Amino acid sequence: MFRDAGLIAGKDLRVELRSQVTTQQVAPFAILVLILFGVALDPDRGILTRASSGLFWVAVLFCSLLAIQRAFTIEAADGGRDALRLSGLDPAGIFLGKAAAIFVQLAALEVVLAVGVVVMYGTEVTGVPLLLATCLAATAGLASAGTLYGVLAAGLRVRETLLPILLLPVLAPVLIGATKGFEAALGGVAADGWPWCGLLVTFALLYTTFGTLAFGPLLEES
Amino acid sequence: MTTPSTSSSATRALGGLTLAGLALLLGYALVWSPPDIAQKDSVRLMYVHVPTAILAFTACAITTLASAMWLRRRSEGWWVLGGAAAEVGIVFTAICLLTGSIWGRPTWGTYWDWDPRITSTTLLFILLVGYLALRRIDNEAGDAAQRGIRGAIVGLLLLPNVMIVHYSVDWWRSLHQTATITRLDPTIEGTMLFTLMLGIAVFGLLFTWLLVHRFRVGWLEERVGATGLDQALLERRAEADVVMTAGGRA
Repeated sequence: MFRDAGLIAGKDLRVELRSQVTTQQVAPFAILVLILFGVALDPDRGILTRASSGLFWVAVLFCSLLAIQRAFTIEAADGGRDALRLSGLDPAGIFLGKAAAIFVQLAALEVVLAVGVVVMYGTEVTGVPLLLATCLAATAGLASAGTLYGVLAAGLRVRETLLPILLLPVLAPVLIGATKGFEAALGGVAADGWPWCGLLVTFALLYTTFGTLAFGPLLEES
Repeated sequence: MTTPSTSSSATRALGGLTLAGLALLLGYALVWSPPDIAQKDSVRLMYVHVPTAILAFTACAITTLASAMWLRRRSEGWWVLGGAAAEVGIVFTAICLLTGSIWGRPTWGTYWDWDPRITSTTLLFILLVGYLALRRIDNEAGDAAQRGIRGAIVGLLLLPNVMIVHYSVDWWRSLHQTATITRLDPTIEGTMLFTLMLGIAVFGLLFTWLLVHRFRVGWLEERVGATGLDQALLERRAEADVVMTAGGRA
């Protein structure tokens, strides 16, 4: 299962490296979202600095929608989904591989966004261990739930519009937990942030478990 | 031949009982129960708001259970029940949000407050919207045998998601406001408590009545889908027969 996961993750990441869609389209979009927040919320009143945790994670959430759509669009061309089904790879492995590839891309985007937030919003970085733990746990949750709902919507005519309405309410706990974790690390008491990290880890574990179980039948009909 | 209908003597009795119950509830809620000392007459919204909230969450539980059973048994009854519960549930969620908002205006001075229950109920509403949108696609896909498991997976995750969202939102808001406004006075008693219980019972009847009818409509829709295909096959065969006979004559 883990060997299959490695194969799929390697394949997806190679596709992204060669097509450069994440670097040339999604990453600029992430920065654009940060600029738009800056334009919408008056940059002189310190709202951006105070709200930077929430704005950061909303931007990540938007980017994750793009990354998830993309992860299943690359299978749509040239009968990729049929090839995947016929490959004999363990469906659980395919799920973990896809989720891992999304995880890596989102982690890279988060680095870009973090630099953007520090530079443009003037956020001071403190409580690095909690920040990193929150990022890892939240990204794992986004990737696992995203992969599950991504394959659900894949292959449907209305997938672009259906995925956000299905996925975003489900991800609301991740947004809450990650924002609270960041707020605790950046200005509050770090000890307040760790329970939220626990929530994020639980969410990620739940969706990873359910995803490995349900992905096979879902892939069959996507 | 009888007129096709989704009612039976049992549902007619249930409907009659619901109507009588609603009339009784109106009497108790608007006339016989006293106004609250603090909230005055606006407390009467509680007799609609609380029962609809309970039933909205019940509907989610039914949808999740029906989805699990459908995944196990693949009998279309469970499929239809999951959708019927979600549809009735979305109506009750909407009523709950609407009455809560109307109630919030005189009590809190605002239509919307970032109260954990309002936030999580609104997210519940959107989760139901998403589930029903996906079901529509599954229903278009054809008859029960070809139906995918997408809708059932989302239905299965409905209650867990509602619970995760509910608890995380609860936890999130409890950090901000240590003393949340308690809408339901714990020392509620007498006529008010009876009216609330009556409200829960009557809305429970209404919910069941709507659910049974929606289930039957859903069941008939499934039958139309199944017979529609047979009908089309018969028509095509009849066309072929006509062509054959015409050809024979020529």
